Amino acid sequence: MERLHWLGQRCQQMVDQGGARGWYSAPDGPLGAGGCPATCRLSGKRRTVIARRGPYQAEYRAISREYQGNAIRTTKYSLLTFIPINLFQQFRRVANLYFLFLVLLNWVPAVEAFQKEITMVPLLVVLIAIAFKDALEDYRRYLFDKTVNHSLVRVYCSKQKAYIDQHWQDVRVGDFIRLSCNEIIPADVLLLYSSDPRGICYIETANLDGETNLKQRRVVSDLPLQGSELTPESFYCRIECENPNNDLGRFRGYMEHSSKVRVGLHNDNLLLRSCTVRNTQTVVGLVVYAGHETKAMKNNSGPRYKQSRLEKRLNRDVLWCVILLFSMCLTAAIGHGLWLQRWTDPIYSIAEQVSPTLAGFYVFWTMIIVLQVLIPISLYVSIEIVKLGQIYFIQNDLALYSEQLDSGIQCRALNITEDLGQIQYLFSDKTGTLTENKMVFQCCTIHGVQYPHTQNARRLALYEEDVAGVPGRSLTLRSGCSVRSLSCRSMSCGHSSTSLHSLTREEEEEEEEPQGGAPCSRMAKEVIPDPELLKKMSCLQATSLCGAEACCLQATSLCGAEASCLQATSLCGAEASCVQATSLCGAEASCVQATSLCGAEASCLQATSLCGAEASLELNSIVDFFLALAVCNSVVVSSSGRACHTHADLPHNLTSRLLAQGEAGPRGVSGALGAAGVQGEVGSSTTATPSQAGASRESTQLGPGTDLVRSNVALENPRDPTAVVLTDMGNREEGVGAVGAPNVGTEPLRVSSLEDPAFCHSGPTAANEQLIYEAESPDELALVHAARAYNCTLRGRSGDELAVELPGAAGRLHVRLLHVLPFDCTRRRMSVVVRHPLTGRLVLYTKGADSVIMELSEHPDVPAGEGYVKIREQTQNHLDVYARDGLRTLCIAQRVLEEDDYRAWQKGQLLAETSIENREELLLESAQRLETNLTLLGATGIVDRLQEEVPETIEALQRAGIKVWVLTGDKQETAVNIACACKLLGPDDQILNANCGSKDACDALLQDLLSEVRGTGEGPGRPTLGEDKALPAAAVGGFVLVIDGRTLEWALQDELKGGFLELSRQCKAVLCCRSTPLQKSQVVQLVRSQLSVMTLAIGDGANDVSMIQVADVGIGISGQEGMQAVMSSDFAISRFKHLRKLLLVHGHWCYSRLANMILYFFYKNVMYVNLLFWYQFISGFSGSVMTNSWILILFNLLFTSVPPLVYGVLDRHTPADTLMERPELYSSRPSSKVK
Amino acid sequence: MMASSYNAKEEDGHITVSGPGTLKSKKPDNTAFKQQRLPAWQPILTAGTVLPAFFVIGLLFIPIGIGLYVTSNNIKEFEIDYTGTEPSSPCYNCSVNFSWNSSRPCSCSLPFTLEQPFESNVFVYYGLSNFYQNHRRYVKSRDDSQLNGNVDSLKSPSKECEPYAHSDDKPIAPCGAIANSMFNDTLELFFMDPNGTRIQIPLTKRGIAWWTDKHVKFRNPGGDNPNLTSVFQGTSKPVNWHRPVSELDSDPENNGFVNEDFIVWMRTAALPTFRKLYRIVQKKSHLVPTLPSGNYTLEVVYNYPVRSFDGRKRMILSTISWMGGKNPFLGLAYITVGAVCFLLGVVLLVIHHKYGSRNNSADIPN
Repeated sequence: MERLHWLGQRCQQMVDQGGARGWYSAPDGPLGAGGCPATCRLSGKRRTVIARRGPYQAEYRAISREYQGNAIRTTKYSLLTFIPINLFQQFRRVANLYFLFLVLLNWVPAVEAFQKEITMVPLLVVLIAIAFKDALEDYRRYLFDKTVNHSLVRVYCSKQKAYIDQHWQDVRVGDFIRLSCNEIIPADVLLLYSSDPRGICYIETANLDGETNLKQRRVVSDLPLQGSELTPESFYCRIECENPNNDLGRFRGYMEHSSKVRVGLHNDNLLLRSCTVRNTQTVVGLVVYAGHETKAMKNNSGPRYKQSRLEKRLNRDVLWCVILLFSMCLTAAIGHGLWLQRWTDPIYSIAEQVSPTLAGFYVFWTMIIVLQVLIPISLYVSIEIVKLGQIYFIQNDLALYSEQLDSGIQCRALNITEDLGQIQYLFSDKTGTLTENKMVFQCCTIHGVQYPHTQNARRLALYEEDVAGVPGRSLTLRSGCSVRSLSCRSMSCGHSSTSLHSLTREEEEEEEEPQGGAPCSRMAKEVIPDPELLKKMSCLQATSLCGAEACCLQATSLCGAEASCLQATSLCGAEASCVQATSLCGAEASCVQATSLCGAEASCLQATSLCGAEASLELNSIVDFFLALAVCNSVVVSSSGRACHTHADLPHNLTSRLLAQGEAGPRGVSGALGAAGVQGEVGSSTTATPSQAGASRESTQLGPGTDLVRSNVALENPRDPTAVVLTDMGNREEGVGAVGAPNVGTEPLRVSSLEDPAFCHSGPTAANEQLIYEAESPDELALVHAARAYNCTLRGRSGDELAVELPGAAGRLHVRLLHVLPFDCTRRRMSVVVRHPLTGRLVLYTKGADSVIMELSEHPDVPAGEGYVKIREQTQNHLDVYARDGLRTLCIAQRVLEEDDYRAWQKGQLLAETSIENREELLLESAQRLETNLTLLGATGIVDRLQEEVPETIEALQRAGIKVWVLTGDKQETAVNIACACKLLGPDDQILNANCGSKDACDALLQDLLSEVRGTGEGPGRPTLGEDKALPAAAVGGFVLVIDGRTLEWALQDELKGGFLELSRQCKAVLCCRSTPLQKSQVVQLVRSQLSVMTLAIGDGANDVSMIQVADVGIGISGQEGMQAVMSSDFAISRFKHLRKLLLVHGHWCYSRLANMILYFFYKNVMYVNLLFWYQFISGFSGSVMTNSWILILFNLLFTSVPPLVYGVLDRHTPADTLMERPELYSSRPSSKVK
Repeated sequence: MMASSYNAKEEDGHITVSGPGTLKSKKPDNTAFKQQRLPAWQPILTAGTVLPAFFVIGLLFIPIGIGLYVTSNNIKEFEIDYTGTEPSSPCYNCSVNFSWNSSRPCSCSLPFTLEQPFESNVFVYYGLSNFYQNHRRYVKSRDDSQLNGNVDSLKSPSKECEPYAHSDDKPIAPCGAIANSMFNDTLELFFMDPNGTRIQIPLTKRGIAWWTDKHVKFRNPGGDNPNLTSVFQGTSKPVNWHRPVSELDSDPENNGFVNEDFIVWMRTAALPTFRKLYRIVQKKSHLVPTLPSGNYTLEVVYNYPVRSFDGRKRMILSTISWMGGKNPFLGLAYITVGAVCFLLGVVLLVIHHKYGSRNNSADIPN
């Protein structure tokens, strides 16, 4: 029944999708036949997994027969099969087959040129050498497999009812395995239990894709066994998932409980083989894919094979050689026939009754054997060796090594080194390639008000200057005690010292240090808040404080005795808590305001007036804005150690003061709130209305007053000593004045206790606890840090819950993440649905590219009227300003959801999530359904510094005759700004803007621009850069085409691409803004195929992958954004500046070396063959050889092989420094010509 | 147990890059080889280097060439063609009436005159033209192990010798086409004294083969057995030969496979026109020239047919110098190269002098 229902659901879904690509083509198996899963298990596209040691033993045996075990065998041969398979492999190469043909030919008596055996020698030598190499490699693989297969893992054994050590190879699908921290996962495992109370497990996928940041995996949701470690015997669940595939980012399936409830399985639930468990003490999982069926093994492909242009050319040359060979042999054959006809029976002839024609025919084949040297069989082998040598030297170049990242260059494609020397077009990503991709929050605009963060900007400028001033970068590797989050939580609180990608982490470490006199040495994560905004924030605190005070007041007055007196006392209490805060701050100025606000009724009034109707909306926006920053991300928080070190004497400067205030402020507030909440509870028995009224009257921020306050208290960490104290106080109904007094007393105690290591475990009370944020994108990191500067601190993340600290609210709030709609390239935004911790309403926070958000927020749900339109306009203005300054902009928006709407949407989402086929599309659609009618909150400007030496590199590349295109997803203004900064755009250059809305307009525009370019240019095809290289680049203004994504889409269409290409050829550089990854690759493809030029694409992120793959040479920058670009690239470098030496020196060298080596090879062979050939004219075309046949046979193999190799690896065409100084030499090479 | 393994892993997994050199880093070694800084010499061709080079080559090569040319010219050489293709030739009859089977040898004599006396040792060669001793099949048609005295090969020659391996069901010794086509003319020189007497010039037949050939490659079967007839018992002579191999010479040291004429013949020539050493006229004393100028007669026993392939036969007398036989080519080549270089040097010097200073600034500084 359940099954039928489910099927019905599936069918419905399929109908919804238009019936396209349904997962099930037909109901599999007899449905009514008792619902035996065994009959339905193999529908070709999915697999069923049940526990091996579980209750369904018999069924398991039936199912798992086809599933592979976990033993892996990566060897290609076994002892028996080695010779036949290896020979077969080798003879798949045409060269070897040709050689074999020659050997066989020599066995024909009439044709035989040499002693039969001699011809075999080279072939045998080559075959044996390669076979030996293969055997050695295979043996190494065998040994490796053996060690892997014999690694130990704890597998559940039903006999002993415990986890026992077993070899990896004995693990089967359906086994339960238990892993500890830092253990490597032996197979693809479905996570069923984690020692982490939130059911989270962290893994590091460095073995898989090189990314060292931690990834969260979570236990299958709704698992009834969660909480206690599950007992495999009672695991009645059945898992259905898709068949093994190689998609690392996808895992779909569902788990069916014994109660026939289905739970969707996601990639999140799967622990992949060869990853490492981190930060989690114990995990238990069920093996779903084992051995070769794991995703890691399925992804195991060898190095990329790209054929270089030179090689293609070479193939043609070899073909010419063949033609030459045939013509030579034909000449000899004809010559021999004629020669034989001339004489009847010479004394030296061997009396055979062979007609001259037949003799000529025989001679033809003989000559093919004799002149075999012409076909350079060993050339291909030699080229491979030479390229290996070249790569060896490239990889060993110190200039391509980055000290900071401790990474040099990786050559992933082994055979296109010489293409580096012929690049004509370079396509570069902007973010992370030209820039550092170290995002630093610079400024923001909220609710239409800009907060310029001048101090912050100045700090950044200072920092930049410092970087420019000290080329060596003073902030390189510090003796590393930077904190790495890899340390297990179970470890003691000592700092595990490590730094793999040390820089980011060091920043974070430094952040915790007092900000001394030199802010420039600080890495950029620390944000100095804008005073204006800060004022508002503190006003917010004050307001809420006032609100709480009022609550407290009301409650107390309701409670009765000596009302007026109490009121005074309560005020005193509140005041006291503020005083306490002030005392903790250790300074006056910034807190004076707060104090004064808290101090008296007057100040409270002032606050209220400040936070009037209009202002309250703004304040709401501000809080929402920062909450969104803190919540709407995928940042992983790990607090390093237990933050045992606090600064006993807080330095007297602004930042630390702010920090201290951040620490003290909420604390004081929480105290008050706690008291209020408790007393409110007490008082609620009589009546809650007045308090509510009071709250709503005075506290605009807190909205539904006591309800919320109560929930806050409930949420608050019970271990928090302050709260406990307060609760006690409230319960005893003592004077409120007393509430304040002990509070004051506890503070110093707490501070001192923090220094006591024993107290470290008492809970995360210290505000300056070291938080380490790890994010997949640096933007998120910057935003979270920014939010933190405003006391909206993301404290932790555990599965569905986020721990957040908010100003104006009590301590740590736990925000339940109801839904996360992760970022993707199509939507260009990310959203989270949370229940607002203060208002309790359902809110969708969206963060994304400004264009997208602006569009979606045009008609907000909330009828905000003109004010909103104005705010939107202002925000847009600010965004434009930001973009002009070269900042990256992100917009933050929210949408308050109605419960019903949400529930309706949730249903759809669930459907989308559980569908296995078409899931992506459904999810996208579902996400788009939710992300509408947004209310704009504000926008942020993030600065991304240029990498060092980028302008110099670009200038050098341009001088080298390489056209540099920048393809970016950023705004046009940002892109232009960056282009200016990196000297892609000179001061004299003329910018051609191409923005238009329709195809026809685009056509016209392109024509216009083209005529403009032609009109001003000194002649057709003027900017061929090679011509004006004698002049400094800046003296001649060129044209720079700036085109945006939409226009690009038109321009890339068939009818217009001609014009676009023509125009872009005339331009010095092209900037494509707002381009999607697809467009990037289309542009590269267009230029590459239409202009038939050598292209290079360089990028660092996943959005550059397609471009990198399309280009002739793809270069990945191993930077901040994961490893996708590197994985798909041919070369991976760590900084953009390395491109200069890579192309100008190594490219040049490799190209000239290889080209000359090949010529050398042909030369020596042709020379030798000519010798043999002309000798035929004086030996009667009989195919005789004037040298010893050994010399002839070993000519290529032994006697002349080393010089070209040495030449190809070591020759320095021009000294490296000359090539670096004069990039023009690069373009002086004949374009891709070998001969 | 777990804890300890933890710690070990912890330390392994955490690569600290604190100080350079303290821990493993990926930094490449800074060595001259790895950084491609090995010393290298790269000539940059400028007028300053090219012009002197041309002049030096010219001035060096021309004297060498002249020296070689003079040496070559001092070598005396005399050549006489005795093929007898023209009816006027004394050997015409012999050449026309030739047949392999004729039992009676045909002789002819050719008179010739040496204008200059030949001093020192005089080498007598026979020369053949249009004889493709380098033909692939011909070159291979021999059995080296048989010639090396291997008895088994004597009895059963290698397949390479086909179709000259067997005749009348007996193995041929020496087998193969090379041996079969061995040059078998007999040449004798007579000095016609002005007073009318005919003096036979003594021709040494020993020492004309390579030492290694004579002593290493070629050996009679049966070791030192002097009775070659019995050694070669059961073998057949090559088809074209008049006598069996055991009767090539009366001297047992020069008979059988180690006969020097045979050995010389078996070393095949690379070109279709070649000469092979036939005899040596040993120098008698310092006072008398070996071959004084005057009239001579060449007596030929004409056995070797060449008309079928338009071949020519010659007899050559030559002296040698330190650089071998007469070869003016090398000297001429030296002189030509030297002269061309010198000329180029002059031309370039003029060009350089006239136009060289035009854009000095663009010159690559040397």
